Amino acid sequence: MIVEVKGLTKVYDKEVKAVDQVNFSIKEGEVFGLLGPNGAGKTTLLHMLATIIEPTEGTATVNGFDILKEPGRVRGSIGIVFQDPSSDDMLTGYENLMLHAMMFGVPRSEWGERINNALKLVELTPRANDRVKKYSGGMRRRLELARGLLHEPKVLFLDEPTLGLDPQSRERVWEYIQSLVKEKGISVIITTHYMEEADHLCDRVAIIDSGRIAVMDKPSTLKHEIGERILLKGVGDSIPDLDALSFIKKYEKYDDAVELCVDDASKRLKAVLEAFPSFEKVEIRLPTLNDVFLKYTGREIREGDAAEGGFMERIMTKRKNR
Amino acid sequence: MSEISGLLALWLREVKVFTREHSRVVSSVFTPILWLVVFGGGLGSSIVIQGMDYQTFIYPGIVSMSILFTSVFFGIYIVWDRKIDFLKEVLVAPLRRSTIFMGKVIGGMTDSMIQGTIVLLLGPLIGIGYTPLILLKAYIVVFVMAAGLVSLGLVIGSQMESPEGFGMVVSFVVYPLFFLSGALFPIDNLPTWLGYFVLLDPLTYGVDALRGAMLGTSRFPYLLDLGVITAFAAFMIALGTQAFKRMKT
Ligand SMILES: Nc1ncnc2c1ncn2[C@@H]1O[C@H](COP(=O)(O)OP(=O)(O)OP(=O)(O)O)[C@@H](O)[C@H]1O
Ligand SMILES: [Mg+2]
Repeated sequence: MIVEVKGLTKVYDKEVKAVDQVNFSIKEGEVFGLLGPNGAGKTTLLHMLATIIEPTEGTATVNGFDILKEPGRVRGSIGIVFQDPSSDDMLTGYENLMLHAMMFGVPRSEWGERINNALKLVELTPRANDRVKKYSGGMRRRLELARGLLHEPKVLFLDEPTLGLDPQSRERVWEYIQSLVKEKGISVIITTHYMEEADHLCDRVAIIDSGRIAVMDKPSTLKHEIGERILLKGVGDSIPDLDALSFIKKYEKYDDAVELCVDDASKRLKAVLEAFPSFEKVEIRLPTLNDVFLKYTGREIREGDAAEGGFMERIMTKRKNR
Repeated sequence: MSEISGLLALWLREVKVFTREHSRVVSSVFTPILWLVVFGGGLGSSIVIQGMDYQTFIYPGIVSMSILFTSVFFGIYIVWDRKIDFLKEVLVAPLRRSTIFMGKVIGGMTDSMIQGTIVLLLGPLIGIGYTPLILLKAYIVVFVMAAGLVSLGLVIGSQMESPEGFGMVVSFVVYPLFFLSGALFPIDNLPTWLGYFVLLDPLTYGVDALRGAMLGTSRFPYLLDLGVITAFAAFMIALGTQAFKRMKT
């Protein structure tokens, strides 16, 4: 187990339970997703694992080192991309990466090559010698991603890594994360508000709400539990006896529509259509991670529902300050 | 090995940022000139102290003042680092907190030494005669003072959340240090109560050492002065290391 979290708890100001008795463990080479609404405690959890805030209770090991007893070694094993921008905007992109290489013990002989590769990967080579001040929000995000990966950590923490990225950049980041996992065997904990991203990248996800893990499993398993649905609209009064159709696990009637919960919607569609004498429209609804999220948190995450005090917002206010 | 390269990285950053913020460079040159010309020059025409004109007399005080202000105010950059979240990036590096602290200290000392050099170069313009020995003695004092005062600024900065808060606290610290140091007046023949406060001020010994080295007039022997400011610097560095160990993001 590359990461083992044991009863980790963080109470802020003696009253806000940001993280509440969290337990989980991660295998080497696994990509683990932390999903949850704003304020669920994801960032707090990552920061405790990265040893920059102290747990109130419980502990964890990262790469075999206890976060309380050997924080230095833990830091030597990890890379982290923070939710908030944390590069120095008075320095150039290249300089930010250089400082990182120097502080994180990258061997001197590899500085130049690694930095250039990292810049190429996030397509910032032409802007390498511009001050970060002059970068767009997404460019800065990409720089910080490159920085988190520069020292090739054993475990990588990504706190909303693709927030503010355009679709192409996002997909490239996904590809890169996947290739890192495959080639270097690193393990990843990622938080995100993009369910599609979690579905695409994660071997397992935990949905956390108010500091507690509500559910934890493979995305496919979680989606399967929700089941597939067939929605018929404009059925009028002509509803057959649904209880007689044994493959229907559950159903719900609305004004002029019926929703049926089945195991394999495309296979059952024919039988369903034959049972209904008349309808206007039919829709198959495959479960998404979004549905899973909704089920366990009672809230919906929409695209662009950026975190409170999110990345872009912070950049804008910081720019004004400097 | 990685501690050393980490230290170097932190120092390099401070130097780069310093040279890029032109206002910092400009103010570090002009503030002392202003003091020397306006205060020293203006009053100097009417006051003679210990057989020299006032401008000459306060020159070592002006040197100390520049070091004091530049050094202590450097602490604001740790507050700034916290504000721009760069501090997180540094704190998550596999470096000791003492290394991070020393990186900041040598960064701040570099600022102060640059400023100190500029001010020392002004000396001959107002009639201070340098020999290599005088310059060496002055530099040693400036160096040790900078170490202590930068650490003081960082101790304060490490505890503060906002630049405004830092500014407030620092004024409460810096102005007494400055006015009690004898930078502007001779420290013998003071009323007793004031004399005690003056002797408690570490800057007093820095000013005294500089005055002894440059003008040949001092209250205490050079080595005693140096001893006191070295002890002060050592104490502040120890305190700063502790403060950084406890520092939160
Ligand atoms: N420094 C702090 N002091 C006090 N409370 C805090 C602090 N940081 C976070 N909190 C509180 O802890 C809870 C969890 O915050 P956290 O930032 O971990 O959430 P998150 O899951 O990362 O949310 P988001 O999706 O918005 O990034 C919130 O209620 C937040 O208000
Ligand atoms: Mg967060």
